Amino acid sequence: NPAPRGPRASGGHHDLVQRSLVLFSVGVVLALVLNLLQIQRNVTLFPDEVIATIFSSAWWVPPCCGTAAAVVGLLYPCIDSHLGEPHKFKREWASVMRCIAVFVGINHASAKLDFANNVQLSLTLAALSLGLWWTFDRSRSGLGLGITIAFLATLITQFLVYNGVYQYTSPDFLYIRSWLPCIFFSGGVTVGNIGRQLAMGVPEKPHSD
Amino acid sequence: MTLTERLREKISQAFYSHGLLCASYPVPIVLFTGLCILACCYPLLKLPLPGTGPVEFATPVKDYAPPPADPDHRPGEPSERPEWYVGAPVAYIQQIFVKTSVSPWHKNLLAVDVFRSPLARAFQLVEEIRNHVLRDSSGTRSLEEVCLQVTDLLPGLRKLRNLLPEHGCLLLSPGNFWQNDRERFHADPDIIGTIHQHEPKTLQTSATLKDLLFGVPGKYSGVSLYRKRRMVSYTITLVFQRYHAKFLGSLRARLMLLHPSPNCSLRAESLVHVHFKEEIGIAELIPLVTTYIILFAYIYFSTRKIDMVKSKWGLALAAVVTVLSSLLMSVGLCTLFGLTPTLNGGEIFPYLVVVIGFENVLVLTKSVVSTPVDLEVKLRIAQGLSSESWSIMKNMATELGIILIGYFTLVPAIQEFCLFAVVGLVSDFFLQMLFFTTVLSIDIRRMELADLNKRLPPEACLPPAKPVGRPARYERQLAARPSTPHTITLQPSSFRNLRLPKRLRVVYFLARTRLAQRLIMAGTVVWIGILVYTDPAGLRTYLAAQVTEQSPLGEGPLASMPVPSGVLPASHPDPAFSIFPPDAPRLPENQTLPGQQPEPVGPGESIQDGPVPEVTWGPEDEELWRELSFRHWPTLFSYYNVTLAKRYISLLPVIPVTLRLNPREALEGRHPQDGRSAWSPRGPAPPGLREAAGPLGPGGAPVPGDVTLYKVAALGLAAGIALVLLLLCLYRVLCPRDYGQPGGGGRRRRGELPCDDYGYAPPETEIVPLVLRGHLMDIECLASDGMLLVSSCLAGHVRVWDAQTGDCLTRIPRPGQRRDSGAGGGPEAPERWAPLPGGGREDSPPRRRRPRGPPAALFGDQPDLSCLIDTDFAAQPKPAPPEPRHRAGCGRVCDAPGYDFGRLVQRACRSEAAARRPPSPVPPPPAGDPARDKDGPPPAWAPSADGSIWSLELQGGLFVVGRSSGRLEVWDAIEGELCCSSEVSSSGITALVFLDKRVVAARLNGSLDFFSLETQALFSPLQFRGTPGRGSSPSSLQSGSDTVACRLTHTVPCAHQKPITALKAAAGRLVTGSQDHTLRVFRLEDSCCLFTLQGHSGAITSVYVDQTMVLASGGQDGAICLWDMLTGSRVSHMFAHRGDVTSLTCTASCVISSGLDDLISIWDRSTGIKLYSIQQDLGCGASLGVISDNLLVTGGQGCVSFWDLNYGDLLQTVYLGKNSEAQPARQILVLDNAAIVCNFGSELSLVYVPSVLEKLD
Repeated sequence: NPAPRGPRASGGHHDLVQRSLVLFSVGVVLALVLNLLQIQRNVTLFPDEVIATIFSSAWWVPPCCGTAAAVVGLLYPCIDSHLGEPHKFKREWASVMRCIAVFVGINHASAKLDFANNVQLSLTLAALSLGLWWTFDRSRSGLGLGITIAFLATLITQFLVYNGVYQYTSPDFLYIRSWLPCIFFSGGVTVGNIGRQLAMGVPEKPHSD
Repeated sequence: MTLTERLREKISQAFYSHGLLCASYPVPIVLFTGLCILACCYPLLKLPLPGTGPVEFATPVKDYAPPPADPDHRPGEPSERPEWYVGAPVAYIQQIFVKTSVSPWHKNLLAVDVFRSPLARAFQLVEEIRNHVLRDSSGTRSLEEVCLQVTDLLPGLRKLRNLLPEHGCLLLSPGNFWQNDRERFHADPDIIGTIHQHEPKTLQTSATLKDLLFGVPGKYSGVSLYRKRRMVSYTITLVFQRYHAKFLGSLRARLMLLHPSPNCSLRAESLVHVHFKEEIGIAELIPLVTTYIILFAYIYFSTRKIDMVKSKWGLALAAVVTVLSSLLMSVGLCTLFGLTPTLNGGEIFPYLVVVIGFENVLVLTKSVVSTPVDLEVKLRIAQGLSSESWSIMKNMATELGIILIGYFTLVPAIQEFCLFAVVGLVSDFFLQMLFFTTVLSIDIRRMELADLNKRLPPEACLPPAKPVGRPARYERQLAARPSTPHTITLQPSSFRNLRLPKRLRVVYFLARTRLAQRLIMAGTVVWIGILVYTDPAGLRTYLAAQVTEQSPLGEGPLASMPVPSGVLPASHPDPAFSIFPPDAPRLPENQTLPGQQPEPVGPGESIQDGPVPEVTWGPEDEELWRELSFRHWPTLFSYYNVTLAKRYISLLPVIPVTLRLNPREALEGRHPQDGRSAWSPRGPAPPGLREAAGPLGPGGAPVPGDVTLYKVAALGLAAGIALVLLLLCLYRVLCPRDYGQPGGGGRRRRGELPCDDYGYAPPETEIVPLVLRGHLMDIECLASDGMLLVSSCLAGHVRVWDAQTGDCLTRIPRPGQRRDSGAGGGPEAPERWAPLPGGGREDSPPRRRRPRGPPAALFGDQPDLSCLIDTDFAAQPKPAPPEPRHRAGCGRVCDAPGYDFGRLVQRACRSEAAARRPPSPVPPPPAGDPARDKDGPPPAWAPSADGSIWSLELQGGLFVVGRSSGRLEVWDAIEGELCCSSEVSSSGITALVFLDKRVVAARLNGSLDFFSLETQALFSPLQFRGTPGRGSSPSSLQSGSDTVACRLTHTVPCAHQKPITALKAAAGRLVTGSQDHTLRVFRLEDSCCLFTLQGHSGAITSVYVDQTMVLASGGQDGAICLWDMLTGSRVSHMFAHRGDVTSLTCTASCVISSGLDDLISIWDRSTGIKLYSIQQDLGCGASLGVISDNLLVTGGQGCVSFWDLNYGDLLQTVYLGKNSEAQPARQILVLDNAAIVCNFGSELSLVYVPSVLEKLD
């Protein structure tokens, strides 16, 4: 029997590389921008030194985020196809852009708003992340994968902080901030959204935001 | 449950009537909405413009006290205080403004003497200030106690560590360059070098170290070798933590006592508080820019989906206007009700837009444009609105709910955001309902008007072109498209959505949005202008200064004149105890001064008095700090990690200090190297210059001697020109040459109306096709295997043509018809056939008349029938019963509607035969009698046994004919002999598949018959055996070398409940589509049914299947489904056409469909996204063919057009001769050797693809 998905199977490798490259760059850019958001609170005026703060985080953070984004973004459509339930909900770039904007907004909120305490912040962010998933994903696989990613990433960061690779300013959940899992979850959903859209094979990539 | 439904009903009804209202009175409603927007935005005028310039507020010095920290805002009393004027300032800044000059000037003084000794005096002054102690009744108070104690510098500023004070009072003076060490200063050979060593190399607008330490803008300091005014000015900046009036007063009095300024008119009566806004650095800008980029991407991707309207960009603009003005309304309303925005508007704006979203607008548009086009505009709008009303309300309720949840997070910022979002959502809903809906109705009305204008001429000249034999189709089209010209609303231009290469598309996108860019640029220019004007350091103050300078030019002397230099009212006995004397400027000084002044004022000055700068104090000196960069103070404080963002500082009135040095002092302070240093030769030059410019000097007008300014300007100009050139080059490289010119649009317009023969003429070529004439009536079925071409017409004739030469090889007349009408016999050229007496005598005039004639209700009136049935049959026609549309879209091969007629005739034949003829022999006589080819009598079949041809397939020299009578015939194409036939069932064969000696016939009753063709040995007449259960009739015998027999292998009696309309086979699978809305997949070998595919909501009209097991199907619901034939799962589902999908084909990457709406749509095969669509001429809807993977051919009025499939570009339009212009190409069949067969009614055209296209291919 001939291959069932002829056109896609033929250009599969090229397609895969291209997708992962796009996802990687999206991850790197998001990491840089969000890192800027996070450290912005402590940044005061440095007319000359400000450029340096863009790369103020350790050099390994953006590549790690990029790799993670590529993996997650490829994993989502892969799992979709394995489960045999292709994701049909709001499959269009406008929705993806909306999703990214909401994700950046969640980060913005976590970085910039003054909350009464950390619990409130974490609860708010958790609600926002779930809202993000409900608005843009609504698939069981998306929820499961998002939670798994959040769990794993939290574990990894705990481990990293435990070993003193870096640290958070005011840890309240073992060694890390308690809102971190929410960010990881919504990040996973967002990147998965991008990955699914890319997997649909539209020959355009999103704006290199 | 019922409640929901009732609610739903109500909502839908309300929306319906609202839609009617909007579409009925568009202009008043738009005006009303505009007024509403303006009214709601009116409160915005009071809001300050977004900008980062500091804001000032002045209070009198007298009985000043820091404002209370608690803003007890008494409501009744409108306070003039700004809101930020609350609590103590970050710091009080006292500037001591020193102006010094060496006078009189001697010729032997060097240029460096202008500032060396004046700067040296700074050390002395700093010393005096540091040691100043206030002694009063409450004790002593030193500077250390009052001043702002600073700690470490920020770690990143190590290089400034020695220059800025640490761990002590924040006191800045030029002496800091030498660590406040006088010895170091005296030992420094190069003062200017020291001062400038920390200046940035590049152009910098913010405060530099020199500015910080000097406290005056660089051009005022006078520390330069080339100044013509030999006056040096600098400030000593003191920063106080607290306001201690007594201490300040005593310091001021003491300094003024020590260094009096004789003609100083500074009033020094107000404190200026400067409030700094939040700083936006690059670190904050990048996330902001990112969010805006995401926002624009979102807007782009959203508005791209607006389709099928008159002006796509107009509607997109309306959508953006809707969202933006709803946000503005939200802010305005919130301001109106006393809720002042504290959030940074620019930051939350993208999120607000994203929350409100464009979805509703798009949903509305989509719903309205998908209403039936033949309705009135009002009704369309109303229907569209009401059909989406429920989802719109539901979405809105959901969003409001989410926002409500957000409101209960009790975080003030989020609450404020939610409040804005709620008001924004509501106003957005309001605008959608009133503004956008109305704009949409206007747009749709415009579309219809434009359509009316455009469509009328081609329609007027279009022949009715409905053959008489197709009543069913004609009725259908009547239903789909009522005959009034108003209602034909397909607008060609809006359907085109060119698919361009990525690069070009980006450029086009940028180019298309040039309007937006210009708007943004204009807005930016206005904004910058306003900022520059309102900025404290900006134009307004400059203008004000200019204006005041005009008068003070005369006032300056005036102010100094009344100063009685000799009159000393009362010298203060102890300045240390004096409390800030209000008349301090008028302090006389001669006695108390160290005594250097009186002597030089003697003859020396009188000699050279002209050029010596007079140390004057004008009103402009009072607020010299205004000339500093507005980043001056934030920069200074940021060095100590103190931010001024959203806080304020208070600037105390400056203390003027005048120092006059005589030349002797200047000489004493000279460094030994000064004389022979690099600037010594130039020493005399400045005086020379000064002499030349002498008269100007005293005028007070500072001659702009700053060469760097010109340099920078020149560089900037050059850089600007280079940039423009570069952009120009880029534009040239990226944009196609004809972009933006009328020629550029030509390509698109050509695409819109490929066969436009009035107005714009596309570049066309004309080739003379091989015209295959011979059929008397419209050709219905067409089949080819590359070498041969078989066609059958409504009259029942079958002709076999050589696909290479166009020769007619065989013609097989309708059985039972008299042979005399085609007396030629044998293979004959079409040229010879056409003027044959048999055909010409009777048929030519009606044939020409028929397409234009009105459709007759009674088919018997038509003379055409003479070739179908005997005249006595025709005399008694039966009224045509309404036929179901079961074969309406049976696809490309059989252009269906003729069969109704055939069936009718068949019925008529049957009845008449029963009445008049002798009973026909049940086993048909040997069909292919050898003499037939040689003009013998036609095979005499019983009329009941034959029927019109419904389907035709050709393969390898044999062709299979399926007749309405249910009879299957296999013919030899070359010889024109009937090989065998089979009459298993009397149900008509609606579709045939002929593949590898296997024939599958689909019947009207839904059954499938599988036959296999077997080649038998010579002279072995074979009895055909059908399945025992069914009454099979023996058939098939053949004379000649080979005998072909067809054997019924399987029968699927009830494959479908309703007639099978589509049948395709590939890759060992057979797919049937039926009117019962389902598809079934069979295995060809054993006719086992594998899947039943359900997914359409209408009868299946066309099916495509290929070797990759991808199955596409189109139905009467206008939908296309793609299936995976291995798993039977539906891969995608597209709503493609309004009306039936008439044909469907695929390439490796696209799906191409055509519909009854005369559109050809091209879809991406993997994603199911519509790439673009092509508007076809009326009646040519289904004529399309794929030549190769990227070449599509479509038919038009007497022409064919070639399209590049990848980009949707029209490559060429080929007119096929002159005479066939009026005929639409009904079918297109692509042969293997790149030839195309077009079906123009009763004649075929054989076209070879132009060579240009082959190259491109």
